[in-house]
Amino acid sequence: MSALAARGVHVRFGAARAVDGVDLEIGSGEIVALVGESGCGKSSLARALLGLVRPVRGTVECADRPLDYRRLKEFRRHVQLVLQDPSGSLNPRHTVYEAVAEGLRIHKVPGDERELVAAALSKAGLRPPERFFLRYPHELSGGQRQRVVIAGALVLEPDVLVADEPVSSLDASVRGEILALLLRLRTELGLSLLVVTHDLGLAWNIADRVAVMYLGRIVETGDTARVLTSPRHPYTKALLSVVPEIARQDPIVLKGEAPDPSRIPAGCRFRPRCPAYAAGLPAELAERCEKETLPVLPADRGHHAACVLP
Amino acid sequence: MSLLELRDLSVTYAGDVPAVRGVSLSVAPGEVLGVAGESGCGKSTITNAVLRLLPKSATVGGSVLLDGEDVHGMSFGRLRAVRWATASIVFQGALHSLNAVRTIGRQIAEPILLHEPKTSRKAADLRVGELLEQVGLPARRARDYPHQLSGGQRQRVMIALALACRPRLVIADEPTTALDVMVQAQVLQLLSGLVKDLGLALVLISHDLSVLGTTCDRVAVMYAGKVVEEGPASVVFDDSRHPYSGALAGAFPRVGDPRFRYAPAGLAGDPPYPGDLPAGCPFHPRCPVAFDRCSEAEVELLDVGAGRRAACLRAGEAS
Amino acid sequence: MTAIAWQRRRATASRFWADFRSHRSALVGLGILLFFGLVAVFASVLADPAGLDVTKATAPAHAAPSGDHWLGTDQNGRSVLTLLIHGTRVSLIVGLAATAIAIVIGTVIGIMAGFYGGWARSTLMGLTDWFLVIPFLPLAIVMATVLGASLLNIIIVIGVTSWPGTARLVCAQTLSVRERPYMERARALGGGDWHQMTRHILPNVMPLVLAHVVLTVSVAILSETTLSFLGLGDPTRPSWGYILDNAYGTGAMSNGEWWFVLPPGLCVVAVVLAFTLVGRALEAVLNPRLREGS
Ligand SMILES: Nc1ncnc2c1ncn2[C@@H]1O[C@H](COP(=O)(O)OP(=O)(O)OP(=O)(O)O)[C@@H](O)[C@H]1O
Ligand SMILES: Nc1ncnc2c1ncn2[C@@H]1O[C@H](COP(=O)(O)OP(=O)(O)OP(=O)(O)O)[C@@H](O)[C@H]1O
Ligand code: SF4
Ligand code: SF4
Ligand SMILES: [Mg+2]
Ligand SMILES: [Mg+2]
Repeated sequence: MSALAARGVHVRFGAARAVDGVDLEIGSGEIVALVGESGCGKSSLARALLGLVRPVRGTVECADRPLDYRRLKEFRRHVQLVLQDPSGSLNPRHTVYEAVAEGLRIHKVPGDERELVAAALSKAGLRPPERFFLRYPHELSGGQRQRVVIAGALVLEPDVLVADEPVSSLDASVRGEILALLLRLRTELGLSLLVVTHDLGLAWNIADRVAVMYLGRIVETGDTARVLTSPRHPYTKALLSVVPEIARQDPIVLKGEAPDPSRIPAGCRFRPRCPAYAAGLPAELAERCEKETLPVLPADRGHHAACVLP
Repeated sequence: MSLLELRDLSVTYAGDVPAVRGVSLSVAPGEVLGVAGESGCGKSTITNAVLRLLPKSATVGGSVLLDGEDVHGMSFGRLRAVRWATASIVFQGALHSLNAVRTIGRQIAEPILLHEPKTSRKAADLRVGELLEQVGLPARRARDYPHQLSGGQRQRVMIALALACRPRLVIADEPTTALDVMVQAQVLQLLSGLVKDLGLALVLISHDLSVLGTTCDRVAVMYAGKVVEEGPASVVFDDSRHPYSGALAGAFPRVGDPRFRYAPAGLAGDPPYPGDLPAGCPFHPRCPVAFDRCSEAEVELLDVGAGRRAACLRAGEAS
Repeated sequence: MTAIAWQRRRATASRFWADFRSHRSALVGLGILLFFGLVAVFASVLADPAGLDVTKATAPAHAAPSGDHWLGTDQNGRSVLTLLIHGTRVSLIVGLAATAIAIVIGTVIGIMAGFYGGWARSTLMGLTDWFLVIPFLPLAIVMATVLGASLLNIIIVIGVTSWPGTARLVCAQTLSVRERPYMERARALGGGDWHQMTRHILPNVMPLVLAHVVLTVSVAILSETTLSFLGLGDPTRPSWGYILDNAYGTGAMSNGEWWFVLPPGLCVVAVVLAFTLVGRALEAVLNPRLREGS
């Protein structure tokens, strides 16, 4: 069973095809990492999965039922969001208590609000919770702010958490703590998690499965260990080679910036920057790179790559 | 001889905030020194101290020697000549502060015309084109405005700007933070290339030890205004002698290393505020291997062999 | 918990006061306002309301200041000082009440226009611009003539003609708040439009509005003076503008009866100036706080 799934999702902003046909499943209790460079459509896909933008084509499924956009409020109790910049995602005029209680008030959750807030803060690792109730965001460190955001999501007891770059604006030493917290939420609460990131190390750290996105499509997906140790798509190989580390293969630094989603090339969308294609392929393969429209990768648990190379 | 030498540099901001507390470092031409450490540990303060850009209310101790000459003893005219022409800085987050209504070509030409007023307009334009090509942008982009460039391209412009007056030392403060991995790799490759081609001395500042590990010859890890570990880049990253550098290295896992699977390494607690430092080893409240003496004894940076120094009472044990 | 909450609020208030106090001119303004406020509240104590009645006036008309009538008398023999004291009350009431109307309309329209894009914004901002460009006086005169001259009508006329400035300001601020990540978080939590507008946008535009209120009051008082001066005021409730109107209408200006003209004029200038000083200071104090977000 999948907790949250995208089926053939397309998201457009004007001419930009930000998400251009994606199948993706997050199984219950599973941690999936969505990786790719800036502008490839990761956040847009995440927002579509949260019902914050409506796909022009395709559907979002929650617990195997298509998302009903007229009953979004109910859906929101199941799927929650954690944003990149914890400083920005807390209203500077609300105290920690108000920020965490906000979800409870919106959904008129029965029970002792104070207790629920305290429990959520403890789960997010802010203990003793009472000490944080009346603080304002600017009185907290970055890591603590991110914990407040997480607590605000947890208080609604969601099944799925979508975290968009949850640690990229945090300090190195705090990063691990937040990631450990996310892992613990999975084991203790059975939470499913979609982590959006451009950091492969983070995926290696916590994800069961990885989906590599390029220009609006998932180009490789599969078990984290498989994809990151024996990548098949040239783009994944390039991404892996530039993870800054010591003593490894020569980095394959792709030229140019993230390509333009309003002008997606025909054939394989990675071809203009593909090192394998540039290095010269047998004529027959090269022609397939130029002409063949590659299919959308299936959402199952297998290891797939959208490339004509074996 | 080293191009830049910090001797026991200390900087105290107004309100008794000791942001840097006795730092000694040196860089030679053609060498890349990395400085790592988390937010607020004093990295940018050092950068600013090198070119005397600190606020007037800050008190500076120790000395900063550029080519053997003390920066803090220079006359103002001499200082102006030294800024840009001997040493220049790629400021943290500066890619957001390019002037939005002037072309990047004119912005790069500005320091050239300021330092060599006799340069003709044409010669300056030529030099701008040269600089842009050097950082991997076509010369025609000189006519572009900042908003027409992506984040990575803007960072390249900042580097071109720093190279404008052919400095021999460049300090890059967090040049790749906020850029994604591929663009980060592009910028790092560019900087390494410049060091090789121009024989620059480069100080690379980052909170990401793994970035420094690949690019630098030596790294210094700072905590609470002090260097806590210094040594050849790869060994500090791989086999640190200070628990803090170990934690920093662990925060950026090695993809493919099973030790990091499902085991994000973190460090409990928050970095200390410089105005209110704990006694003894300033790291002791967060140190996973602290013992009773750590909260009392003053810890100095000591030689631990093979050109390495570490400031930890346990530095000798681990190996 | 509430005790700590109160303690926090007190701390915030005292920090605010310390900031505000550092603006010298604001304190002067506050002093002037306090003075006029007291005069308005104790008007009946300071001067017998019976003195407003034309039929009971015994003194000679157009008399110069004397021991009995410190500021002389008007064309009906009423003491100008009495008129002035009671006029303070009317002028302030009109200023404050009209401002309240303007601020409510302006804030509601501004938030709606900023929050909803598309046709809602074009319509609302179009309306705002329309109110901004048509000259205030003709509109107010037409409205006051149609509605008839009463204090309430004056308040309504001024209120519904002076909101566009507030609406523009609030709309601009709403647009910037709308893009903050916490708005997206509120949406993801399930918060509807009403929730987002009242819980997130309103608290973040309030400080700006507050600073603007003070400026609006001074404009409203000026407007009231203008309308009354043009004879559109409530004749049963003398305001400063009413005194000026009478002075003008009975030739006091050309006869050199300075006591009849100068005091109400100076009062208007003083109050408007005081509100402006306080408003400027409020803006300076509240605005950086809005930015650093504490
Ligand atoms: N609201 C929007 N209006 C117009 N274009 C948009 C909007 N949001 C995103 N886009 C465009 O869609 C594309 C994908 O954007 P998205 O934010 O999903 O990328 P991302 O992978 O999350 O990048 P990053 O790592 O920088 O956050 C980009 O080209 C972006 O410019
Ligand atoms: N002008 C200033 N006045 C007072 N304190 C300052 C000033 N500038 C910096 N500080 C303090 O000095 C300390 C060191 O600041 P610095 O900017 O050098 O840190 P950093 O290591 O560069 O951090 P980051 O990674 O966040 O850039 C911080 O605690 C900071 O709050
Ligand atoms: S299909 Fe061809 S161009 Fe595309 S990634 Fe594979 S080899 Fe490269
Ligand atoms: S001196 Fe003690 S507290 Fe400091 S780093 Fe070493 S072991 Fe940890
Ligand atoms: Mg994104
Ligand atoms: Mg810094």
